Amino acid sequence: MSPVWTVILLVGLATIGLKGVGPVLLGERVLPSRLSAMLFLLAPALLGALVVTQAVGGDRELVLDARLLGLGAAIVALLLRVPLIGIVVVAAVVAALARFLS
Amino acid sequence: MTGSPAETRYRDGARRIVPIAIAGGIFAASFAVLAPAAGFSRVQAVVMSATTFAGSAQFAAISILGTGGSVAAAVLAAALLNARYAPISVTVADQFTGNPLRRLLEAQLIVDESWAISRRPDGRYDRHLLIGAGLLMYCTWVGGTALGTLIGEALGDPKRYGLDAAFPALFLALLVTQVRTRPALAAAVAGGLIALVLIPFTPAGVPIIAATAACLIGLRRS
Repeated sequence: MSPVWTVILLVGLATIGLKGVGPVLLGERVLPSRLSAMLFLLAPALLGALVVTQAVGGDRELVLDARLLGLGAAIVALLLRVPLIGIVVVAAVVAALARFLS
Repeated sequence: MTGSPAETRYRDGARRIVPIAIAGGIFAASFAVLAPAAGFSRVQAVVMSATTFAGSAQFAAISILGTGGSVAAAVLAAALLNARYAPISVTVADQFTGNPLRRLLEAQLIVDESWAISRRPDGRYDRHLLIGAGLLMYCTWVGGTALGTLIGEALGDPKRYGLDAAFPALFLALLVTQVRTRPALAAAVAGGLIALVLIPFTPAGVPIIAATAACLIGLRRS
């Protein structure tokens, strides 16, 4: 199986299973509160890491380039309460302009 | 209205989620535009939206694959991003009835947005709002992905436009929706720092997986 299909299959199965934990497996029972708290913190921890790796990550090195300018523009857009898709477009356009001008 | 709780229908959930569902469709289209950079075909982008139906996990998978991360790192990061759906699904479990297969299928309509909109003032959850909202979100998510593949085909390779710069902004915008509490903010900052420190020393993907250690903040008694 190609790497892409493998990812699609495994991520799909994991997600389907995770969403079914309450309605299918546990019913009215609840998860231990500390486990629940940890599971809720996984998404912010991973998203924080993804912001950093996508902004300055290279092949085993930190790379400071137009992506960082794009992220800076995104932060400004975020503070101005621009909707999600607008934030993404602003970042892409600023990075593209920076690359074009350099 | 005499103070008694109003009866809800599935269509009430769908109606309330309309603006969010439209935004979701546009977001899904952007997933389809960016996915070819990770080697996805049009069919693969649509299949992933139909089976995973969770934006941040899908974007994480394509961004990790697209920047040279391994299949294992992409799968693990995406699955862990969706781990929150285990406790989320527990909060709404009593709203699902019928045989296990039906419950499993209906549970797929649980997404952050449908879950938030179905919360009642008394802290319980409303099945009709959850399912109605989730169904409309699902339709615009998969439909938006399909439309996005057509736009993507017209545009060509997203790397040519420097669309890789869209990813940090995308994850930042998603992160903001997840940091409503102090521990969540602490986990986000710690996760980012762990990744920053590990980038120079480990293969792509590893810094992201290692950042999950930040969830140990949840063990602290608050």
